[in-house]
This record gives sequence, structure tokens and C-alpha cells, in this order.
Amino acid sequence: MAEHGVAQIWRRIKSIYNIQGNKCETCETHFFPPRPVCPTCRRKGKLVDYQFKGLGSIYSFAVVRQAPDDFKRQMPYVIAQVELDEGTRLTTQIVNVDPENVEIGMRVRACFRKIKEFGQSGVIMYGYKFEPTMKVTGHEV
Amino acid sequence: MSNRVAIIGVGMCKFGELWDKSLVDITLEAGMYSIFDSGVRGADIDGLVIGNMSAGRFTGQEHLGAQAADIGGLGDMPAYSVEAACASGGAAVRHAYMAIKSGEHDVMLVLGAEKMSDVNQTEAMNTISVASDWEWEGMFGATFPALYAFMARRHMKEYGTTEEQLAMPTVKNHANAAHNEWAQFQRAVPIEVVMKSGLLADPLRVLHSAPITDGAAGLVMCREDLAKKYTDTPVFIESSEQSGDTLALHDRQSITTMNAVVNSTRSALKEANLELKDIDVFELHDSFSIGEIILTEDVGIAKKGEGGKVIEEGITQIGGKFPVNTSGGLKARGHPIGATGVAQIVELALQLRGDAEKRQVDGAEKGLAVNIGGTGATSIAHILGR
Amino acid sequence: MVGIVGYGVYVPRYRIKTSDIAEVWGEDSARIGKGLGVFEKSVPGPDEDVATISVEAARNAIKRSEIDPTDIGAVYVGSESHPYAVKPTGTIVAEAIGCSHDMTCADFEFACKAGTAAIQTCMGLATSKMVKLGLAIGADTAQGRPGDALEYSAAAGGAAFIIGMKDVIATIEDTASFTTDTPDFWRREGEDFPSHGARFTGEPAYFRHVGEGAKLLFKKTKTNVDDYDYFVFHMPNGKFPIAMGAQLKVPPEKLEDSLVVRQIGNTYSASAMIGLARVLDIAKSGSKICMVAYGSGAGSDAFSITVEDAIEERRGEVPTVDDYIERKTYVNYATYAKYRRKIKG
Repeated sequence: MAEHGVAQIWRRIKSIYNIQGNKCETCETHFFPPRPVCPTCRRKGKLVDYQFKGLGSIYSFAVVRQAPDDFKRQMPYVIAQVELDEGTRLTTQIVNVDPENVEIGMRVRACFRKIKEFGQSGVIMYGYKFEPTMKVTGHEV
Repeated sequence: MSNRVAIIGVGMCKFGELWDKSLVDITLEAGMYSIFDSGVRGADIDGLVIGNMSAGRFTGQEHLGAQAADIGGLGDMPAYSVEAACASGGAAVRHAYMAIKSGEHDVMLVLGAEKMSDVNQTEAMNTISVASDWEWEGMFGATFPALYAFMARRHMKEYGTTEEQLAMPTVKNHANAAHNEWAQFQRAVPIEVVMKSGLLADPLRVLHSAPITDGAAGLVMCREDLAKKYTDTPVFIESSEQSGDTLALHDRQSITTMNAVVNSTRSALKEANLELKDIDVFELHDSFSIGEIILTEDVGIAKKGEGGKVIEEGITQIGGKFPVNTSGGLKARGHPIGATGVAQIVELALQLRGDAEKRQVDGAEKGLAVNIGGTGATSIAHILGR
Repeated sequence: MVGIVGYGVYVPRYRIKTSDIAEVWGEDSARIGKGLGVFEKSVPGPDEDVATISVEAARNAIKRSEIDPTDIGAVYVGSESHPYAVKPTGTIVAEAIGCSHDMTCADFEFACKAGTAAIQTCMGLATSKMVKLGLAIGADTAQGRPGDALEYSAAAGGAAFIIGMKDVIATIEDTASFTTDTPDFWRREGEDFPSHGARFTGEPAYFRHVGEGAKLLFKKTKTNVDDYDYFVFHMPNGKFPIAMGAQLKVPPEKLEDSLVVRQIGNTYSASAMIGLARVLDIAKSGSKICMVAYGSGAGSDAFSITVEDAIEERRGEVPTVDDYIERKTYVNYATYAKYRRKIKG
């Protein structure tokens, strides 16, 4: 047995720190999180690890104003479905932006944040959130 | 058809925040009520199935099948608990339908129950969230309302659905619940109040959302040839179909349609040899008002994108061509998760029996219930006829 | 020769004006900014800490240098606000930037100079060929006790430097440190906020150590003030580095470009390193930089650095210090107190 959250997070670190998923070489579909079986090709599928670039745009979003206690300090926060440039969508918080400025289609990039804390003395879960690409060099590539 | 499955008794407890009642109390109440309504004796029942999503987290108790049979004094009969998130109740009905249809069971007690008010808000929200993909949605901060807000925002963008339209299912369902003595909220709500209610997850508001509810519902089901022994007004399950979709909402091609609803409804109509126009009354899963709008489209009442327009035109109110959620739906009857799918069938049975009193749809002969789990990863459709 | 292969910084988006803090505590809000030389300070978001700031800075450094992160043989994170009392920040960083598991890692603490101590360590490892590349990070989410003088300056930010022998964009000619036991600032185990010796932090602490560090470096490298185009000193506030420059007879214009403290406050372990990054963002090839970091307790690390031609082609790939300084959103004291957990929820 493990302390709450520890093993559950640890075994997913590659995916939640770096948006590592996989790709079926048979049908060229990207998956995040990585899938154990390609739902289209099944036994004919060939899954290989794939490192997502971490760039995409907002597909839909919500501004959360009622949340569990571990998210209260961040309210109101923006949660979104981001469509990655590889065509896969994921669910993530959007940070470094005011809720009123978020819109569908907005370009975003992955950044690194605290996702959740298992209480004051528990383990801290880190991972991806997304932020609007800054109007500066180097954010769009 | 000689081997149809009949519903011969229905029962519920009044839904709400039932501070003085435990999970066992409400389960017993709904079970006893439906047994008395059916006229069967306890000894006639040869199996029990209970739909429940998360008693383990809400109350600390699992193994509800054994508990319900024990407390109900039903002895050593086989008793099961089934789980399919918010579709647990529908899954229990379908489980009994299959068991009776196969000939394995003759008379079954079907229950659905959830006791949600015994935990704090954080635990309640997190428990509801596990109906979606917890590790990749909930844990990252996507509350359950936020996932439906994703759908609402896309629907508004893709089809021009308005904030007024988003408020209308609530207004209609509250008006219907005013005539349902089992409903949690037996009062009308004006549209201005809905539109000004607090934001949960923009664009969704508190009054777009089904409440936290304690409640239980029950049915007694049996083989068609046994039904007349107990009642003159049996109703029959014409078809029971289930379909699935990805667990996570972000894995779907479109989030403004639920493929599982489209597929399960289509199969159910086909299985029952019916067309949509033959259905007189609907219970559609409205855990959020956008859910009812999307479901009216996906079952075929409205064209895709016109769910908002259809509710605006009054087509889905009582007296309209396709009345939806005469009971008050999840919004106003209340949404005790595991009980909801059973409560939908209770309402259809009452409508087909002509026992729905002030909310009766005149001459209703066929009814369709769609009960969904999570954000549409499970959809269970039942068509009832008399 | 050993040097900087790449660098990157990160500064959180939120700012609070020092005048707003003064307002809350009834101090002279009109004068506080000028008095301290700090007009606003950076505030980390509620989901940011030294691990997240370090990762952002390190990712920028890697992108700029175009190195393969699996070539990094050592990761050291210097901070006085590591998220865990026990459990390294560095492992989080290493995993998040794609290091191999064949590497060494540790967290450093030496008040505000833990990051430059990490640079020195990486210099040694790279020079001795124990590692190909070393990653040295200075990052903090510094806290001052509410109402204390420190609250006006304690800020958040991070800087990451990749140290190696090949493809350097700036050579580090030498480094010198001056170390004594001088308790000018400390935080006891289990305490939320640090304590300090007030005016004792000045002459016997900051000025003595930074001054002696610079002199040791001059002596060791046979250089003097005139040999350097830029000076970077640790910036506990806006006044100390200027006073230090005056003591060493540094022309003010040689110091000016590094004074990021005015807009973002004292980022502790990152302070001098972000100042250095600001200079590297603009310095021409061949420029010579003298950086002296200071850590309470106390010690200084001085570095003599020469900018190489290769720096030009490493610009424009990642956000500059100014990009981060200019990206800002002001918060009021209540929001700041909520984000910094000064209000218990």
C-alpha cells in the first residue's frame, strides 16, 4: 500500500510532466494519454511512444467558480479542452490569462505547474497546464 | 409476443435532502412501496438488483444487493448491485430485463438508490467527477459541471444556442415537478431567476444543474404471463438497448452530440418496431440543461443544433408534441445518481398507466427513457408500452 | 574553457506594488518605492513554487542552447524555499526537462547564493570531465513576514544556467568566494517566515562580503573595475547594489542594466542570476561581466565572465528577462495574501 496519491501519480509522471503519449503507426493517430490498445486498429495497431509538442488551441472552456477545496485558492480558474496540433485533445487548466480574455481558438502552449496537493503534508502533483503563447520570441515553435 | 417483460409495480421515496433518513431507510421505502403497488408477496420475488453509483464513498457501505435483501426481509435470494455512474439505475432495469427475458428469473425487485448528502461538498464533487475520466479530467480540475460547460459553449458557438434557451429546460422541468409529489423541488422557477442564478462553471449556472439529492426508486418486474396474476394495468418493456462511448469527453470527435445516445435510441426504436413519432412521452437525462437540449437532438425530436429552438417552441412541454421530463427530470425531481434511471421508468410507467395525475399526458401509450452515465460514455434507452 | 552553454529565466506573471503593501501597514506609501528602490515585486500564482519556476527556467535554457537534455549529468537547484523540506526539487526538474536517469542531482541552500554555488559546482564537474553538462538553477518564492520590511522586496523568480566546456556563449574565466559565519538572516526549521538582523544585514554582511568577493576575484584574475563592461550584484533591494557599486567605484552605467530588482523585487537565489541573464540578453560579444552573488549567513560568489560570439545566434529563441518583466498583472494585497497562503483557507 502507498500513501494517498503517491504511486498513482508516480506511474504517470512521464505523461503528466511532459505530455508524453503514443501514436499508432498503422493509422497515424496520436493518443494522449497513451492508450494500451489502438481503438481503431486493435491487434493490427502498432503503438509507439510519442512526445507531444505541447502547442495547440482552445477547443472549449469553462470558468470554474465552484470547486473542490484543493482548487479553491485558484478560483475562478479556466479549465479547457485543448486541441493539440497533432489532433488530440486533452483537458487542462489555462493559466496566465484572465478568464474574460479566453476564447475558443486561442493559441496556447504547455507550461509546468502544481496540479494538486494531497493536503498540507501530502505529496504534490506537478504537471501540465497551458498558457496563451506570449507575444514574444520563441513561444510559437 | 409471449415473453415480454412487464412492470407491475412502481414506487419511490420523496426525493430531497433527507437528513433524517439513511441509505437503508430510503431503499426500503422505495422497495416496499413498489412491492405493495405490485401486489406480489415477498416470497414471489426470486431476485433483486440495485443500481447505485458510489455508496462506498457517499456512505461507506458497499454490497448493497445483500444489504437490501437482508433489510427488506427478502431472505436468501440472489441480489446484485450494478454500477454505470449516472446510468446505474438504467443498468439495473436492463439487468433485470435480461435476467427475466432469459428465463433465469421470474419476478424481480429492481431498486436504484443514492444517499448523497452525508458527505461535504468537496467529497460530493469529487465523487460525482469519477463518473468522468478521473485521472485525466477530474484530477486536473475539470469539475463535472465544467465538462458540461464545454458542451454548452461548443453548442452555443456551433449552433447559436442562446442563454435563454439554455435556461428553458429548467423552467419547463420545474413547472412539471410542481405536480409531482415525489419531486425535490415542487415549484415553478421563472426564467429570469434561472438566468441570474450563480455561475457554477461559465456558461453553466446553479439552476442549469441537477441538485445533490437523496432518493430511491423501485420497480417490480416479471414475465408477461405472470403479470395478469398481479395487476390489470401492467406496462411492458418493449426494448432495452445500451451503447457506449469514450470515457473522457476530450476523446470524442464532437462534444455537441452523444453517439451513445444516438445509437442506443436508434436500436431501441428498431427493436420495438417503432418510430420516434410513435413515442408519446419522454424521460431524457437532464443532469444539466444543455444535456436535455443535446438529448432532444440525439433522440431525434430536434434536428442537430435545433434543441434550443425546439424547447423554445414548446414542443417538449406537457401538451406539446413530444413532452420531455414530465416528472420534472433530474433538475427538479432531483438526481440521486443511482436512483435516477429507475425513477425515469417509474414516471413512464405512471404515464402509461394513466396514473400521472396533473402531469398526465393524455392517452400516452409509448414512452422512451434515456439514462446516461458520465458525460455520455454510457447511454441506456428503454421503450415502454402498455 | 568552461562557460555558459545556455541560460533561461522565469518570472511569475503577478505583481504587487510596494506602495500597496505600505498602504496596508500604514507606512508612507508615497515614499516606500523610492526609499527601497523597489517599486513592485513579482508574486507567484497559487500553483507555482520553486519546482515549477525551475522547470520553466530550465526549459528555456535547454531550448536556447539546443542541447540534448540527456547530456546533462548533474542538476542542482539552489533555493531557500524548496517545496519539500525533505525530497529534492532537482529530481522533479530533471524528469520534467527530459534528463536521462544516469545523472546526479541535489538541492542547494545558501540563502540567496545557492544558485551561484550550484554554478561553481557544475564548473568543477564540467572542467574535471565528470559530467558533460551541468544544470545550475537558482529559484525562490521568497516570503517576508506580513508587515516586516522584507515583505516589500521578497519576490519569486528563477534562472537556469547550463554549464559545459563546448559551445559556450559566455566563458567563465574564474570564480572566487568569500565566506564567514555571519548570521544576518535566517529561518529556523518549521518557521514560515525568516528573521533578520535589520541594519546588521548591511555593513558587516552584504557590503563586506560582496566587496571582499569582488576584490578576491580582481586579485585572482589580475583585473580591476575598468576591465569590466558590466557589473551584477545581488539585489536585496534597489539601494544596496548601487551603494556597493559606489564603494567599489563602479561607474553607475555599468551596473544599471542588471538592476531588475526595481520591477520584480528580490528573487533571492535567482536575484543576481536574473541580473546576469538581463545583461547576457543585451551584451555584445567580447563584453566582460563581473557578477557577485551574496548569500546571508554569509558568503559571496564572484565570477568573471566574457561574452562569446556564439551568443548572437542563441538569442530570439526564448523569452528574455524583459519579456517576463513586461508580462505582468497587478494583484491587490488581499489576492497576494491568498496566493501566498498568508490567509489560511
